[in-house]
Amino acid sequence: MSLLRAFLALLRRDLVIAFRRRSEMVNPLLFFVLVTSLFPLAVGSQPKLLSLMAPGVVWVAALLAALLSLDTIFRSDFEDGTLEQLLLSAHPVSVLVIAKVLAHWLITGLPLLLVAPVLGNFLGLPSQAMGTLMLSLAFGTPALSLIGAIGVALTVGLRKGGVILSLLVLPLYVPILIFGAGAVGNAAMGIDATAQMYIMSAFLILSLTLSPIATAAALRVSLS
Amino acid sequence: MIFGNFFHKMASPPWFYRVSGKMLPWFGGAFALLLLWGLYGGLYLAPADYQQGDSFRIIYVHVPAAWMSLFIYVAMAVCGVISLVWRIKMAEVVLISSAPIGAAFTFLALATGSLWGKPMWGTWWVWDGRLTSELILLFLYLGVIALHGAIEDRQTAARAVAILAIVGVVNVPIIHYSVEWWSTLHQGPTVTKLDKPSIHVDMLIPLLVMALAFKLYYAWGLLIRARSEVLERERNSKWVRDLLGEP
Amino acid sequence: MSLAEFLNMGGYGVYVWSSYGLAAVVLIANIVIPVQRHRLQRARLRRRFRQEQTTP
Repeated sequence: MSLLRAFLALLRRDLVIAFRRRSEMVNPLLFFVLVTSLFPLAVGSQPKLLSLMAPGVVWVAALLAALLSLDTIFRSDFEDGTLEQLLLSAHPVSVLVIAKVLAHWLITGLPLLLVAPVLGNFLGLPSQAMGTLMLSLAFGTPALSLIGAIGVALTVGLRKGGVILSLLVLPLYVPILIFGAGAVGNAAMGIDATAQMYIMSAFLILSLTLSPIATAAALRVSLS
Repeated sequence: MIFGNFFHKMASPPWFYRVSGKMLPWFGGAFALLLLWGLYGGLYLAPADYQQGDSFRIIYVHVPAAWMSLFIYVAMAVCGVISLVWRIKMAEVVLISSAPIGAAFTFLALATGSLWGKPMWGTWWVWDGRLTSELILLFLYLGVIALHGAIEDRQTAARAVAILAIVGVVNVPIIHYSVEWWSTLHQGPTVTKLDKPSIHVDMLIPLLVMALAFKLYYAWGLLIRARSEVLERERNSKWVRDLLGEP
Repeated sequence: MSLAEFLNMGGYGVYVWSSYGLAAVVLIANIVIPVQRHRLQRARLRRRFRQEQTTP
């Protein structure tokens, strides 16, 4: 089987499995919506403050939702032995990793992206920032999935991997958060956000090229 | 060829254990001497800064600690590459033995920085590029330590943290260049600029002495921890029995 | 410079000496604790080897 066909087959498989477990798909999205909705309840009496915080709140909520959903990338495959089979395949594991991460992003990241403008509205985010919000999340959420995959791969064999996963992944997430929220914050004030967006795209390209290699290496270590 | 022989021997645990035991007092002694020299120069000889007064003397622990926090993480990443590519066990040992020392220096850099920032900038903390990335560095160190502790098999743990160290090293250039990229309260580069450093020489020398002292301290602390790690890994081997078995 | 002036550090004494004190604690602890651990480790291994010799 050619590499492209293996890639597409893996992608399709993960998407199909995810659709069969639709409730799992909804969890990160639900979390995203719930967390963002808590803020107007807490800060609602000060709408100006809320709209100032909106970029950060949406971004933090998206980041946490991504973090919570990371475990699903490899967990079930690890438990039923599919992951081992994947590592034994003749195809480069890093490319197969991209397929799995892409599936993960389509299931968990893309819905966040689509819902974000609505939530931004709830928080009083100015409409001029909506485009930047979506673009920053479009660059950011795949990067979060890619980088998160490294952490998951390192901890997939551990029993209580969840806590350590957050510790490992959050330091790597922070720069993305800073620039992503910063871009939206700038846009909300009408200031140019091009610099931040360039950096966000750089993060995406960097993580797309380098993190699959690290993830593949980490999987090999975890399954050894 | 001599170096090749040296590295070949270095990779042998019993040789390392024996030689490091003999080297320990030398590193400790050299560190103590340089420390005294640096403290004398920094606390006594160096003139007070015309802007910051005597508070600037915190520089003599803050900056060397910060330099070490970066240096040690890069060393860990290099060890990570060596251990994954050439599978040299001593590289694994050096990596995991360095992590607590690096974390300690990072914490020290952050804490002394706060103690310096409060009288100078009026605030204990500011979320600028350098402080934020140094804080991230602390969490990266803690992550290495936590991950190594969580994996039961030492071999697997060593390889996992090697990957983590390599991935995290991206943060180091960000910290170093952050004061150039972002305008900030933090002092710009004064020592490691490629042209003449813009710091008075009487203030500079104790700084360099303290930096060297901290490097020797790192070597000293590293060897102590590495010996424990080697002993633990090799506890079932013959050379350990021969070493410790006799009553 | 008198001792009192030295300790005062031009008014910044608290900050300067806290920094140096913190450095001392961190540096001392990072030697003492590993050395202790190493000693205990060697003692533990010695005990184990002695037990193995006497109970074949």
